[in-house]
Amino acid sequence: MSRIGSDDWVEQQELRSEYYTGFTGPARKAFDRVGPGPRFFAFLAICAIFPFFPTVADSDFLIRVGVNVLLFALLALGLNIVVGWAGLLDLGYVAFYGFGAYMYAWLSSSQFDVHLPTELVIPIVITASAGLGLLLGLPSWRLVGDYLAITTLFFAQIFVELMLNLDRLTPPWRDEPLDVTGGPNGIPGIDDMRIFTIDFEQTRDYYFLLLAIFAVVVVGLYYINESRTGRGWRASREDPLAAELMTTPVNRLKLLAFAMGAAVAGLTGSVFAAVQTGVFPQNFEVALLIMIYAALILGGAGSISGAVLGAIIIAAVPEILRTPENARYLFYGVLIASLLIVVRPWKRVAGIVAAVIVFGFAVHEIVALIWPDVVVGVEDGGLGGLLDSWVLVVDDHETLVNFAFVFLVAAVLILTQLRGESRMLLLIPTIYLAAFVWENRLVAEPSVTRQLLFGAILVAMMTKRPQGLLGTPRVENPI
Amino acid sequence: MDVDFFVQQLVNGLTLGSVYALIALGYSMVYGILKLLNFAHGEVYMFGAFIGYFVLSALGGSASPSIPVAPLLVIMFLAAMLGAGLLGVVIERYAYRPLRNAPRIAPLISAIGVSFFLQASALLLFTAQFRTYDTPQLIPPTKRLDVGPLHISLTRIIVIVSTFALMIGLTLLVSRSRLGKAMRAVSYDREAAAMMGIDPDRVIVATFFIGSALAGAAGVMFGLVFERVFHLMGFTAGLKGFTAAVIGGIGNIPGAMLGGLIIGLAESFSTGYISSTFQNLIVFGILIVILLVRPTGLLGSPVLKKV
Amino acid sequence: MAALLELKEVSKGFGGLQVIGHLDLTVDEGEIVSVIGPNGAGKTTLFNLVTGIYRPDDGDIVFGGQSIVGMEPHKIANLGIARTFQTLRLFLNMTVKENVMAATYGKTKARWWQSALRTPGSRREEKEVEKLAEERLAFFGKRLVGYRMEQPAYSLSYANRRRLEIARATGTGPRMLLLDEPAAGMNPVETHEITDLIARLRTEGGYTILVIEHDMHVVEGISDRVVALDHGVKIAEGSFEQVATDERVIEAYLGAKAVRDEAEEAGE
Repeated sequence: MSRIGSDDWVEQQELRSEYYTGFTGPARKAFDRVGPGPRFFAFLAICAIFPFFPTVADSDFLIRVGVNVLLFALLALGLNIVVGWAGLLDLGYVAFYGFGAYMYAWLSSSQFDVHLPTELVIPIVITASAGLGLLLGLPSWRLVGDYLAITTLFFAQIFVELMLNLDRLTPPWRDEPLDVTGGPNGIPGIDDMRIFTIDFEQTRDYYFLLLAIFAVVVVGLYYINESRTGRGWRASREDPLAAELMTTPVNRLKLLAFAMGAAVAGLTGSVFAAVQTGVFPQNFEVALLIMIYAALILGGAGSISGAVLGAIIIAAVPEILRTPENARYLFYGVLIASLLIVVRPWKRVAGIVAAVIVFGFAVHEIVALIWPDVVVGVEDGGLGGLLDSWVLVVDDHETLVNFAFVFLVAAVLILTQLRGESRMLLLIPTIYLAAFVWENRLVAEPSVTRQLLFGAILVAMMTKRPQGLLGTPRVENPI
Repeated sequence: MDVDFFVQQLVNGLTLGSVYALIALGYSMVYGILKLLNFAHGEVYMFGAFIGYFVLSALGGSASPSIPVAPLLVIMFLAAMLGAGLLGVVIERYAYRPLRNAPRIAPLISAIGVSFFLQASALLLFTAQFRTYDTPQLIPPTKRLDVGPLHISLTRIIVIVSTFALMIGLTLLVSRSRLGKAMRAVSYDREAAAMMGIDPDRVIVATFFIGSALAGAAGVMFGLVFERVFHLMGFTAGLKGFTAAVIGGIGNIPGAMLGGLIIGLAESFSTGYISSTFQNLIVFGILIVILLVRPTGLLGSPVLKKV
Repeated sequence: MAALLELKEVSKGFGGLQVIGHLDLTVDEGEIVSVIGPNGAGKTTLFNLVTGIYRPDDGDIVFGGQSIVGMEPHKIANLGIARTFQTLRLFLNMTVKENVMAATYGKTKARWWQSALRTPGSRREEKEVEKLAEERLAFFGKRLVGYRMEQPAYSLSYANRRRLEIARATGTGPRMLLLDEPAAGMNPVETHEITDLIARLRTEGGYTILVIEHDMHVVEGISDRVVALDHGVKIAEGSFEQVATDERVIEAYLGAKAVRDEAEEAGE
């Protein structure tokens, strides 16, 4: 036993250095030291898949999905600067995205008949967005946390309102109203980008442009985070007062975070405008903001790889939900995955699945017997065929399905409180109920399903795993 | 100046302000006790409005109610308040309580998630179709008070008076009752209150219930005055209600009432005299000005932290 | 020895409470001065005033010949004043080394785009910053070096956290250190180490040190001069023996009856 007041770790230093001797010593030592660096390079290796995607994707639709994924990834990365690194809750982020898009539209479309060369427009957009970010960041000097959140949220609202309404503004020096933003119909007919004699016309071309931007942004952000700026942000997030007293100019760094995040969003917005060849106010509403947050929180705020992973998942989900067939795979897949996460001895999962299947068939038969007119089969092929006799699909009983939904939510909530046997028992009818609600309503309503899912992700992540999939768990200051 | 028009805007502003004040109270109460911005509060208000609608429909609808109007209204209010209150309690239990000791950002994000989820649930359950309270059938517009420049319908009188009643009730509750004292204690120092024998969980649940019930009442009132009820109504109303709470000084109950009235009047007058297009901008402008000039709100007290 | 820090007639009140009243205090370069006094005497407020967290209602604070009243805290830190905290305020989720590296912000100048582009200048600066951090940590022996440098600060023991906080403070390259109860919560062995450490900070590090302490062993062991505060007012100043036996100091800590009892005992 060591003396009181002495440092065990220091004393065992000698013993420890002997551990790494021998032939495999240096290798083991290196392996034990695996840290965030190697993880990042593994991430880069995975990203290497991205350039080959268009050759694999056979339809324009899929390439468009790829473009969406990259747009989302960039947005998540930008938000990560403000929320993940600097720890500022910016709920107005989507307004910068919109601002960049509209700015590109103003400078490269027939709206004002201004067609500046893209090489000029992009720096203008980046600078203007950064400036706007600075402006929105100014309140962060005085407002903390919640107040900042609400101010930035309001800002995003105002932005959409302005874009919706600035199509009939009559400035004093004109007689007729000026159409600045195209109102609810937005600005169509946006020019294609053309950078140093490379014409970007097809979606494919934009995919590669976005990929290049993505690569530059990822590498740049990585190095910034490893530098004094990144440390300054992290220190400001940990304890702004202590950071300030340790020479970190907290306010300046907050502004920098806002400006940088805004610049990334603005740049992404301009490419988005070019891809869509039009911008509309509806593109930039709160629903999109929630999606970006869901992506960041799911992947892990504060981590570059987390932001990208989250973005991939969140961008892919709406696409998968589009067709009932694919949506089904997603739904049942997520169901099984949740079971695997929640139920620990995996043998039990098999038992539960079996029980659910039996339960389902039983209920189906009983109901079909008592009320034969009510039951309707599942239409599609694929998974649908398998489910036909298992899940209960009723015809024209909306109120019943509504009640089922409410009961489902209640059951899930109760499940989070149960343990052991009662949990397993309740799980079985709950899963069947979930399938019921899914097949009868949700499978055909992808946008509602999406919303439900993203809202649930935010709550579930925060309560169960706040660091997200790839983030590192944080310890909070007791102050 | 057209006095009639001015008074009209004043009345509109007071009515709208009453609704916002009730919503703001819920925000302020919860923030005071948990230092949490309950983003989902607007959705609770929306559900309250829908509950009122469904009760109305169940009892025959505006055109042919199966019971007299007065008790019908009371039942609508009570049902909405009860339902909204319960919803608030459930939200607290599952989305906020696990995050009591987490950094402030965590329950905020959870609240956003709840808000989004509730909006989607409303869309699922009620569809995007607007519902209408059809108040003129229920309370004929002929029942009104016309005194000089003042023209105010019975509906609005009901709204303003009941808001006042609720606010007085709440003030009495907070300042005189044991629960009110417990609420104030928990909002000052949760641990110390626990050591004095107050169960903070129960107090917090009560706070959520009351705040959400008020929002539910506000929902019914909105339905009565403006008639349309739809799944997105919670978002903007929630935002305005929150702004009102902040303007008045968040955590401060008289402040929430004051803030609500200010916002309601500001909206009404800007719609009347300028245009409805920019009413949100004006409200936002007021918020920014007040936050920059007096960050703790009009009636709020500055928070001193020991370093 | 020139005066490095001077407080002249400094007063500070909150609401109706006068926490510091007409305080005169001088710390010469190279000195170690201890500030003692019962709880609530205004000691931490004194530190907060010097570091710029609070602004004095009255009076002047002069550091290195320059008035620092009204300056922003990070600018004051850049001038050369660094502090530790009574309740630790480490950057818990950052590594031990990063905690110290973070403190070097004011002494570095790599802009964000230079870091993004990995200019030779920024890379050089990064290496220097890292080396500086390692040196600062090595000051504490083997406890905070090696494998430990990459561990998050929350994994450190209490005593090591206190040491890290001091290391971080030295990372800003200060002329003066303000140590707020550095021995709080330490056992006798660790307390002895702290006493040695503070002495070494002066001799090896060349820092001027102002210490708030309750543990009189530490105060005795390190101080050139001791200042006693009570209710925001200086009640005694001098060597440790002078202050420790001063009547007013005893009264402040133990009450008037204690002074009377002592006098009676002495009289017998």
